[in-house]
Amino acid sequence: MIKSFKKHLGIFGTVGPTMLWLGVFLLIPLIYVIGISFLTKNAYGGVDFTVTLSNYVSLFQSEYGKVFADSLLLSLETTVICLLAGYPFAYIIANAPKKWKPFLVLLLMLPFWTNSLIRTYGWNTLLRTEGIINHFLQWIGVTDRPLEMLYTDGAVLLGMVYALLPFTVLPIHTSIEKLDPSLLEAAGDLGAGKVHVFTRVVLPLTMPGIFAGSIQTFIPSLGFFFISDMMGGAKTMYIGNLIKNQFLSARNWPLGAVLSIVLIVITLILMRLYTRVGSLEDMA
Amino acid sequence: MKKQRRVHEFKPGSVFYACLVYLFLYLPIFVVIAFSFNTSKMNITFEGFTLEWYGRMFENRQLMQSFFNTVIVAGVSTVLSVIIGTLCALGLYKFEFKLKNVLSTSLYIPIVIPELVFAIALLIFFTSLNISMNMATLIISHVTFSMPFVVITVRARLAGFDRSVEEAARDLGANEFRTFMRVTLPMISPGVLSGGMLALTMSLDDVVVSFFTAGPESTTLPLKILGMVRKGVSPDVNALSTLMIVGTIVILLTSTMIQGRLERKM
Repeated sequence: MIKSFKKHLGIFGTVGPTMLWLGVFLLIPLIYVIGISFLTKNAYGGVDFTVTLSNYVSLFQSEYGKVFADSLLLSLETTVICLLAGYPFAYIIANAPKKWKPFLVLLLMLPFWTNSLIRTYGWNTLLRTEGIINHFLQWIGVTDRPLEMLYTDGAVLLGMVYALLPFTVLPIHTSIEKLDPSLLEAAGDLGAGKVHVFTRVVLPLTMPGIFAGSIQTFIPSLGFFFISDMMGGAKTMYIGNLIKNQFLSARNWPLGAVLSIVLIVITLILMRLYTRVGSLEDMA
Repeated sequence: MKKQRRVHEFKPGSVFYACLVYLFLYLPIFVVIAFSFNTSKMNITFEGFTLEWYGRMFENRQLMQSFFNTVIVAGVSTVLSVIIGTLCALGLYKFEFKLKNVLSTSLYIPIVIPELVFAIALLIFFTSLNISMNMATLIISHVTFSMPFVVITVRARLAGFDRSVEEAARDLGANEFRTFMRVTLPMISPGVLSGGMLALTMSLDDVVVSFFTAGPESTTLPLKILGMVRKGVSPDVNALSTLMIVGTIVILLTSTMIQGRLERKM
């Protein structure tokens, strides 16, 4: 009796605070989002307790279709570029001489430790019409007029790739590190050329890292509204900015809630696909 | 038969490519730092070297306030995350209970879902309770996304933990508290430290969640910059950002070194 009481006290004292915290500040707020998505917005920017499905119906307006298409395309481009640029980079670090490796990994982590908005602000400075890159391009004679680089879709893509590249590289790096060198030797001994060893041995074995890296790039990129705010023009609207606007300027919270639920659904689908090839533990 | 040797030396092509990527990663940071020493008021071209902005930033009270907010939120939320998270990891390691699987899975929700969704969920939640955004809401939000990282890091550390050492301590007459302080805590301390570092980094790096859960009085330095960037940012912001960049790197490098030392002691 006393022993069981002590055990319960132990459980409550250790995991209790976390359960309470996640319940109150995570699960209940998420339920609020679902709840509010079925309510009606009123004229004062607040919410009326009239249940409706109209917020979900309005998702099918063509203007939102374009926003979703543009956002998914941007996230896809970001992920593909991060993979193409990040894989060789991860491979180089993983195969560097032993005494250099910790230093190279640390060098990759350092920018990660500084605030992403401050770094994006650095790009904003670089890309300005009168900025350093334009001065440089004119100086070496590539162009005689400054190029419009900032506030374009290309600049948003650059900002996204920049902010998310480490998220792609780290999981891939981990999976390359785990590769058993004897497998590569065996493939070589059996007569496989370098290309063959890569496509038939290295690539399949590092797939979990590629998947984890892609997910960790794709999902956050959908919500990074501040990058398109700082780097993009007003021409293209992305889903992150659309959601942000519903809560700030437009004050249509139910619609914002529905759009967030769409993001959750996209995330769940991707996670479902991911857990077929990798484990949740590799994500953290 | 020719044996293929695994090469562990730098090849010129690889070195060149790696340097390019590192340049890409560091270029904007260098630019922010360089312009903090610029004599020109505009962040456009570099005109000359000065330390003026490092003095002038103290006169900008709103800016300093946002900097202190950033530091306070990061510090408090890290300490809270480490305490709550470590307790939770210990509980998950020690006990079997009904909701264990639910809890383990819930821990991944803040890690997996886009920050934006989580941020607006908290905004709706606080607003519907008529709580106006302030330092407390900001700290609560930061703990919610960083604490799961502490739990997961400490739990991973505990997974490689030899239970017999704890039992031995108890057999030798140590009570539970003593066993915890003298055996368990030293063993998991590298995990606690790296969990804390993660929490600190996440808090300092956050933009999206703070954007929705900070009040007008509790705005952070990154949010302040976001608000200024279209109109043009003055170099005192660069000076303060430089301090923040250098400060973060120094703190984290120090903890990495301490962690390495703890690791070696084991």
